[in-house]
Amino acid sequence: MTAIHDRNVRADHASVWSALATVRDPELDEPLTDLGFVARCEVAAGRAQVELRLPTYFCAPNFAFLMVADAYDAVAAVPGIEETEVVLQDHFAAEAINRGVAARSGFVASFEGEAADELDSLRADFLRKAVLAGTDRVCRAVLAAGFDADDLPGLTLGEVPSTVDIERLRARRRELGLPAADGDPLLIDPGSGAGVAAGNAKRHLAFARLTRTSMEANSGVCRGMLRVRYPGIEKEEGTG
Amino acid sequence: MYEKDGEKYFVVDAHTHFWDASPQNWVPGQEEYAKGWIECFHAYQGLGPKETHWPIDRFQKYSDELMMHDLFEVGHVDKAIFQPTNLRQWYTTGFNTTETDGAMAERHPGKFLVNTTFDPREGDAGMRAFEERVKRYGCKGVKLYTAEWRGDSRGWSLKDPEAARYLEKCEELGVKNIHVHKGPTIWPLDKDAFDVSDVDHVATNFQGLNFIVEHVGLPRIEDFCFMATQERNVYAGLAVVVGGLMHARPKFFAKVMGELMFWLGEDKLIFGADYAIWEPKWQVEGFVDWNMPADDELSDFPPLTTAQKKKILGLNAARLYDIEVPPEMRVDAPEAVEPVGVPNS
Repeated sequence: MTAIHDRNVRADHASVWSALATVRDPELDEPLTDLGFVARCEVAAGRAQVELRLPTYFCAPNFAFLMVADAYDAVAAVPGIEETEVVLQDHFAAEAINRGVAARSGFVASFEGEAADELDSLRADFLRKAVLAGTDRVCRAVLAAGFDADDLPGLTLGEVPSTVDIERLRARRRELGLPAADGDPLLIDPGSGAGVAAGNAKRHLAFARLTRTSMEANSGVCRGMLRVRYPGIEKEEGTG
Repeated sequence: MYEKDGEKYFVVDAHTHFWDASPQNWVPGQEEYAKGWIECFHAYQGLGPKETHWPIDRFQKYSDELMMHDLFEVGHVDKAIFQPTNLRQWYTTGFNTTETDGAMAERHPGKFLVNTTFDPREGDAGMRAFEERVKRYGCKGVKLYTAEWRGDSRGWSLKDPEAARYLEKCEELGVKNIHVHKGPTIWPLDKDAFDVSDVDHVATNFQGLNFIVEHVGLPRIEDFCFMATQERNVYAGLAVVVGGLMHARPKFFAKVMGELMFWLGEDKLIFGADYAIWEPKWQVEGFVDWNMPADDELSDFPPLTTAQKKKILGLNAARLYDIEVPPEMRVDAPEAVEPVGVPNS
């Protein structure tokens, strides 16, 4: 990848860190910086060196690859960064992942013979889960604001008070190419994008709640394991 | 048996191991994997209470005496079910095989049930060896790892015709409890290794078998619950849920228990301590003391009753494995067990 940078811009630690904060664990839908996955971030003279760490030696290599590759893309796009190095540490597949990402060679080429497909559909599956989990967050706030449960299937995105959660939900829907404008329904099928009929809303919302529980529990286990593996991490910012 | 506040709980630990991950058992050339595997398990132990953490050398290999003490002397366990994990590619004599589990069970009669495993890619020879193990150790269950790599094969599916042959054999031999590991795994690399759709398929086709999805499909509880509501013979193995969440992440533990009760119900949840990752004592005592906290986010979930906890801690597994329960520890069991779930509208 060749990026054209303005050589008059000096990249600093804060700008690289902000770029890393846009990269999410696709399985957990949370930023790497919040999860404590960034072990090291150093910026000097246009050169960024980033090291990532994960909760276990055997964390799924497909998701690990996506995070390292996404982090590379995000950091390389920071104005003023001319040289980017992003490496994963302490992982059974670190060598293959680091080599593949550094060579910009894609997942299949990085794991020759062990993987037949790139990871786009995997990423989309997890974005759909993020849409469901986000739906639960938004709907709980909407009900707390005084709406009735029976109102939910008829609501549009524009009728919902603007919050961080609703903006996040819209962003995930846009990433999937699903309807995300003011006039689009709040409740949609994350596969087809079709609105959810009133008769199916109860089941849809129960499944949205379940999906959120699953992702949050998974995140809880990952955070717990990271702390066991790297004691002292609690003191670091944002790893709640 | 655990007694608290005048109530007696019959405890079946449906997920236990007797493993050897000591350096002497590491396959030359595979040391990094063998070491990484046991260190990963050891890190999971860190999610339990601090006073239950072990040093790594004890965790790599523990004695008969220690296991008997932790399960039966202080751990309140009445019966424990061995679930094998062979991993012969990394450990010379295997990590936790049917044979070592079976030998342990024979040294301590009446305490253990021994499950075995099969891999449909082993064909006819594998089938014969499977049948011999079942008869030798009286197995009533198997533990399957569908994502295990073998030669050019990047895992297998319960939907494969070869797997159906083995499941037919299970029916014939009375091996009626099929535990499926859908938890964290490594291969195949490009897929989501936790997909439970193959369990859905065989649960429909093999109505005489019970399918226990271990670790409740964590980290894909949503897919698992959704599937389980549609199948009357699918159960949730609680290993990792209690051990990994109850102490370390109590709020998520409450949410997960709430969801499991909501979608599957009290008759489908099977306790397992996952020893030696976690000792049963604190899990049994903690679960009996635990209940659904008062919290807006948990308002969909009612508290658990004593009878429900008794079922989860032992009576459900006793039903699946035909384990005799003393009359004073029974509750009125349902004739037929159906999933709960949520109806449309």
